[in-house]
Amino acid sequence: MSENNQLTETIERYLNGEMTKTERAQFEELRARDADVNAKVAEHKHFTNLIKQYGERLELEQRLNAIHDEIDVHTLEDELMIHPSWIVRMWRNHHSKISVAASIAIFAALCTLFFTGYLSNKQANYGRLVGEIDKLKTGQNKLQVTVNNLPLQHQAITNPGNFRGTGFAISSNGYIVTDNHVIHNADSVYVQAADGKSYRTKVIYTEPQNDIAILEITDPSFKPLGALPYIFKKAETDLGEGVFTIGYPKDNIVLGTGFLTSSTGYKGDTTQYQISALLDYGHSGGPLLDSKGNIIGIVNGKQTRVEGAAFAVKTSYLLKAIKDIPADSLNKPINTSGKNVMAGLTRPQQIKKLESYVFMVRVYNQ
Amino acid sequence: MSKELNSGVPTDSEVILGILNNSENVLKRLYIAYFPMILQLVINNNGNADDAKDIYQEAIIVLYNKVKTGDFELSSKLKTYIYSICRRLWLKRLTQMNRYGGDIKDFQEYLSVDDETEKNNERDIQFNKMGNALQLLGEPCKTIIEDFYINNRSMQEICENFGYTNADNAKTQKYKCLQRLKKLFFQQK
Repeated sequence: MSENNQLTETIERYLNGEMTKTERAQFEELRARDADVNAKVAEHKHFTNLIKQYGERLELEQRLNAIHDEIDVHTLEDELMIHPSWIVRMWRNHHSKISVAASIAIFAALCTLFFTGYLSNKQANYGRLVGEIDKLKTGQNKLQVTVNNLPLQHQAITNPGNFRGTGFAISSNGYIVTDNHVIHNADSVYVQAADGKSYRTKVIYTEPQNDIAILEITDPSFKPLGALPYIFKKAETDLGEGVFTIGYPKDNIVLGTGFLTSSTGYKGDTTQYQISALLDYGHSGGPLLDSKGNIIGIVNGKQTRVEGAAFAVKTSYLLKAIKDIPADSLNKPINTSGKNVMAGLTRPQQIKKLESYVFMVRVYNQ
Repeated sequence: MSKELNSGVPTDSEVILGILNNSENVLKRLYIAYFPMILQLVINNNGNADDAKDIYQEAIIVLYNKVKTGDFELSSKLKTYIYSICRRLWLKRLTQMNRYGGDIKDFQEYLSVDDETEKNNERDIQFNKMGNALQLLGEPCKTIIEDFYINNRSMQEICENFGYTNADNAKTQKYKCLQRLKKLFFQQK
């Protein structure tokens, strides 16, 4: 042990340069001779250096820490942080709270909906709507079929006396208007008055785009009617106006009443009104009157099957059609002017006045 | 992007000379000058101010040692060099902590500086070992060793401090302590 210490001391003195010249020479000789001693010198040198460096490192770290303590890190941090937008920051800082709040809100909303029965109601509404759409679809399909089958139906009704529609007088001397689709493809057309008398007529003018046809009673037994009890209202009628019509869906006159529900007809057709009235096919061609008894349109029977929505061609188109009749097809002048005598009357009285001017239109073909 | 303190940023050659001359003033100015840059790097890449302090000091020590040992050649701006070392160190730290998302927000241009940090790492391990060994050594050995080998005190002074009757006793004690320290140091894995 002490020998070891001696050697270590010698090495230390050698390394620190504390030896005299002769000692030094001797020691270097020893190192050269003894590899063991040489290795010890190197090892000692390395190790003591390491201790020294360690000490220096500690000291340096202390110095750096001292400097670091003088820096206001907190302020710097605030300055140097790249601040994300406020919404991101808000989310980062409060996301748990926001999540909880959102959950509660959703839960509350669902509870409210559930307890107010809104959810089930909605289901029902939805169902109804689907039903309505389905009905509209079937309605439309029916219409399509109806339109497509019109010629076929005409052939089916070869049986004389099958009524096909309604018409009404546009003048007292035997001119009658009806729907073009009623008399379409007809061989002969008869009209039957309310009193049961039947007259032969001739189609003198048709306007298929507006579904208007003008008939003239050619039967010699026809006696001119009295002055028309209604006038043709040229101006558009407002929505909500109470309207009615009479016609011959069967052998007797049938009244249809409702309201004017739209100023345009099927698929936005501006030549027509839409009315809410449950009408039958036989109403086609009948007069549409407002509550005061003015004619405001011609019932356009081909769409009356659509869910209480019927359509009527506006009077202005009728008047236009009358004007457009070629002069040479007229035997007598058409005088559409009448006097409205129904304005103050009750509905039954109005109908009484009206019924002799409304005709059942019978159509015959092969 | 970088926020520098305009007053007192030492020039690069000033820093080298200052370190060689152990200038406290230059070290301080150096430290203050570039710390914000590293703080910015770290706190905007998943770190906090303490992480920034750690890696910045590590980088300064790397620089310091390189300059002291004389093998430092300034091939780029000192600022770039420090930034590069810190960036490298921080990436490594992030990877160790499994916080590295494969993407780092940069604020300066940088160089690749792999080997330098590796070397520093080895030395750190040795220093750690030494620190542990000294702790295990206990008193009075620790103080004797520190006084003699680190603080360059003479045996005479140590003798007086510890109340040894003569310098020989103190010397014997010192050698015993050194033996034990070596043992403790090399025992560590």
